[in-house]
Amino acid sequence: MDRLKILVVDDEPGIRSGIVRILRNYRVSYPFMDEDFEFDLLEASTGEEAIQLIDAHKPDIILLDNKLPGIQGIDVLEYIKEKNYDMVVAMITSYASLDVAIKATGFGAHDFIPKPFTPQELKSSIDNITKQLFLKRITRGLKEEGKKIRYQFLSVLSHELKTPLNAIEGYLRMMQERQLGNDMAAYDPMIDRALSRIQGMRNLIMDLLDFTKIRFEKRQEHIRVVNVGELTRNAIQAFQPYAIQKGIEFTVSCNDPVLMEADPSDLEIVLNNLISNAVKYNIDNGKVTITISDTDKEVKIEVADTGIGMTTEEIEKVFREFTRIKNEKTKNIPGSGLGLAIVKKITELYNGSIEVESEPEKGSIFRIILPKKQKSVS
Amino acid sequence: MAPQKTILLADDDPDYLFQLSFYLQKAGFRVLPAGSQKEAEKILEAEKPDLAIFDLMMENEDSGFILSHKMKKKYPEVPVIIATSVAAETGIPFGLENEDDRKWIKADCYLEKGIRPEQLLNEINKLLG
Repeated sequence: MDRLKILVVDDEPGIRSGIVRILRNYRVSYPFMDEDFEFDLLEASTGEEAIQLIDAHKPDIILLDNKLPGIQGIDVLEYIKEKNYDMVVAMITSYASLDVAIKATGFGAHDFIPKPFTPQELKSSIDNITKQLFLKRITRGLKEEGKKIRYQFLSVLSHELKTPLNAIEGYLRMMQERQLGNDMAAYDPMIDRALSRIQGMRNLIMDLLDFTKIRFEKRQEHIRVVNVGELTRNAIQAFQPYAIQKGIEFTVSCNDPVLMEADPSDLEIVLNNLISNAVKYNIDNGKVTITISDTDKEVKIEVADTGIGMTTEEIEKVFREFTRIKNEKTKNIPGSGLGLAIVKKITELYNGSIEVESEPEKGSIFRIILPKKQKSVS
Repeated sequence: MAPQKTILLADDDPDYLFQLSFYLQKAGFRVLPAGSQKEAEKILEAEKPDLAIFDLMMENEDSGFILSHKMKKKYPEVPVIIATSVAAETGIPFGLENEDDRKWIKADCYLEKGIRPEQLLNEINKLLG
């Protein structure tokens, strides 16, 4: 049960007591609201008194007569607006002139209750106001929590997509304007750069799909017993061509079979990201060592590289969405800044943990621990 | 002929750096390109540019602000343009219209990335007076 405070402001005692009588035992419920609403009533006979009560009690709803002996209802409304109070105001007035209505609406009045009103009319006004208040507060709650995060995510995402577009557009314009003359060969480096930015965008979109997929939940129906060693060897296979180019050597040590319950595609995403990072951020002719071990309850996957490594400061940032460690060494390595955020999300989804050890110029070790058994969908 | 003016240009996007350097050089400027906040800081130790263009987000989310703060401390009279593509999406009002903003964001002009080179040259010429 939720309670809302209603302040009734009217100089006629009869109207005030009538409203109090009607609303004292009234209850508002809607199927979409978790709880019913009941009302506590406060009364004021003048605008001055109303302002005092507003400051002291912060009512949720104010039923406000415009025609008052001292300051007018409109002035009270103006006061509420000035103070930025979160209150819904309904004007009760027999002089529902257009002028007052316009002015009152401008000052934030939400509703008009014409005098005289029947109990039913009053109740339906209160119904509407309560619903409005409820939705407004729910929305605000969302805004403060998830919505803000989503908004941030979207704004960074559009930034990440816009940057390569700008670069590609820039090159196309340079070509269109024949900035380097009419010899097509002069533009080859620009074409290469543009293609590489397009590839980067494509990777980002792929990562984004992975990311939104895991944002929902583990798909229980896809969970089965998987062989971690086998998945790892398959993942390495996919990176072989790139690794050979860089002269990277893989070593896998695994007490086969290491079995656990998982959606194989989730585990593939994790392994692909860790292995591709270990190759990407490695030095030429470096090593990637993958160690898989298990206990009765847990599987531990360790991916170690001999690459550029990270400082303590960089380690802190590395799991954040769209955060890429930017320095001289990473400048020319493409990446969406989502890979490790995805890995972390999946690990958490499986009630596992991830940690990283790293030293600049020495390399990094990413260590994931996952429980073997997955609880049924909660 | 007026002496050639020097522009310090810092951006961690190599393509943007290349394209902008190209247009600025074509317009007759001498360009000091920097691929990071650090590089720009190093250049500032040795040289005094006539104008600087800083990308906002480089190694740090506010590299551009840091750079312009540092540069204004050393060379208060050198105009700074901060260029980024953040403003439009985030709706963060980075405008420098009021005195308060100008006090803490030490930049003379705030530009959206992706504007046409001619527009940028216009702004540069305005600032160089």
